[in-house]
Amino acid sequence: MKEVQVKKIPREKLNFWEETYLLPIFQGMSLTLKHLLKNISNTEQMPVLDYPLEKKTMPPGYRGKHRLTQRDDGTVKCVACMMCATVCPALCIHIEAAEHENPAIEKFPQVFDIDLLRCVYCGYCVEACPCDAIRMDSGVYTIFASKREDFVVHKEQLLNMQAQYPETARPKQGMPPLPNP
Amino acid sequence: MQRINELHPVNQDFEPEFYQDLHTDLMFLNLGPSHPASHGTLRTLVALDGETIMSAVCEIGYLHRGFEKTAENRTYDQVIPYTDRLNYVSAIMNNVGFAKAVEALIGVEITPRCMGLRVIVSELMRIVDHLVCIGANLVDIGALTNFWYLFNKREQLYDILDKLTGARLTNSFTRIGGLARDTYPGFEDEVLHVLKEFEIAVLDVLKLVARNKIFLSRTQGVGIISQADALSYGFTGPCLRATGIPYDLRKEFPYYGYENYQFEVPVGEVGDTYDRIMVRFEEITQSIKIVRQALKVLPGGPINSDDKRVSLPPKDQTYVNIEGLINHFKHIYEGIKIPPGEFYDATEAANGELGFYIVSDGSGNPYRVRCRPPCFTIFSAYPDLIEGGLIADAIATLGSINIIAGELER
Ligand code: SF4
Ligand code: SF4
Repeated sequence: MKEVQVKKIPREKLNFWEETYLLPIFQGMSLTLKHLLKNISNTEQMPVLDYPLEKKTMPPGYRGKHRLTQRDDGTVKCVACMMCATVCPALCIHIEAAEHENPAIEKFPQVFDIDLLRCVYCGYCVEACPCDAIRMDSGVYTIFASKREDFVVHKEQLLNMQAQYPETARPKQGMPPLPNP
Repeated sequence: MQRINELHPVNQDFEPEFYQDLHTDLMFLNLGPSHPASHGTLRTLVALDGETIMSAVCEIGYLHRGFEKTAENRTYDQVIPYTDRLNYVSAIMNNVGFAKAVEALIGVEITPRCMGLRVIVSELMRIVDHLVCIGANLVDIGALTNFWYLFNKREQLYDILDKLTGARLTNSFTRIGGLARDTYPGFEDEVLHVLKEFEIAVLDVLKLVARNKIFLSRTQGVGIISQADALSYGFTGPCLRATGIPYDLRKEFPYYGYENYQFEVPVGEVGDTYDRIMVRFEEITQSIKIVRQALKVLPGGPINSDDKRVSLPPKDQTYVNIEGLINHFKHIYEGIKIPPGEFYDATEAANGELGFYIVSDGSGNPYRVRCRPPCFTIFSAYPDLIEGGLIADAIATLGSINIIAGELER
């Protein structure tokens, strides 16, 4: 073992007043009272949130509930390449592809389900998507339902989610322009 | 019955007839697995004589999730979210431990900025881990106020982690060969501010407990383990250092430039609950020092290694460039290919040596991953630590060895 700089944890003897426990009780009380006074004189700075009346706003980049992005005409941007379903460590994305009427796009997801009970919110799907079709920037961190089945969110629900910070969302890019029909 | 008679109280020797009439017997009791005092799903079956624990047996496995088996069916990058759930109190340290082992196996160099950031977040997580451990331990001894003082400050760090990593608890912050994302503007100032808050919290709590008779009598001389026993059980981390052995992987086998940072290794003398708590307090102070130094020398530059084998191409390449797109596809479909071989690598996590032993057969998935959690060896000594003591001391001891069920049972 190497010689390293060590620091010994001291074991000090208590003095008479500390032995009686009388002095420490007052010292401790004065410290807690100081905290109490500070808190009630300035309730604003107390780190307390009246959830659910008041909700925490999540910073940009927080991995919340997923959403699917749309093209300008409101159709789903996803091309059903299955990258997100492949990379997902929890195997919770289920996609069924169908042929798109536009030959430049080739495929689109007929079914796009995410099982939020299995999802671990790792954000790998967002990283894996080659055309910025799935994002987790909705800022929604409360996910609730009364039935197990309701936790499986479908394509329509995912398409209707809004970005929390629309102005800072990544610009739309990467899709080929639609050829004229 | 034979065994129970052997364990019978000393008093019986004086008045055997009297005790025969009373039918005193040992009482068997389960501490846990579902009890707030057991800090996770840990079951300890104890044989009690009054309040004294005559014999104890531990059972683990209530939180077994099959981490190692699951890892065999995932690519190396996909294992990282699973490592979050090992020691969920300091998730990033597990991410770093796993990523470091894989990187060493492939032989990729990570960038200096990535190293600096990994050191910073690891040390911040070490502080949080110790804050949680000390806070919960003090609650076990009945000092609830301290818990609030420590946890309020922890909350402030979690706000920073929210912004930095995108999640509070299960951060999944590292990737093989780099990090998930770079810092945001203002990160340094916020970290420096929260370090000051940590110092205040530690001072407040020390003021309340350090010279408090009740705290000292509840912790000093309780749950003692000797140096020899600790070594033979395979202790590492604060629990080993509490016995007086200054063994710290950051000093022994420095990684990520730990040799360049000035810090001391705190050691105890006796190896009791008091030493373990105080070693953790001192480690918080040392980690604060390390983070300050690391922030000062944090270099700029990229965070991901430019090795095409391990890093995803940047998004602008993926979106517009066919090479980037194919690289991206191959990376995600096949995972990172690692040459056949096996490797053990360890980092100093908050609880001790966190090691990963990885066997690769050349495909994108690990052939075998074995995780060496620091808790496992420590928990195996738990019966030894508590036998002969009182129940209340057993709870205090359990808090001080900081058993995290997620890591213990994988
Ligand atoms: S966040 Fe992770 S677990 Fe959830 S759907 Fe995306 S890849 Fe799967
Ligand atoms: S990776 Fe993107 S484009 Fe591909 S299936 Fe998933 S959401 Fe759709």
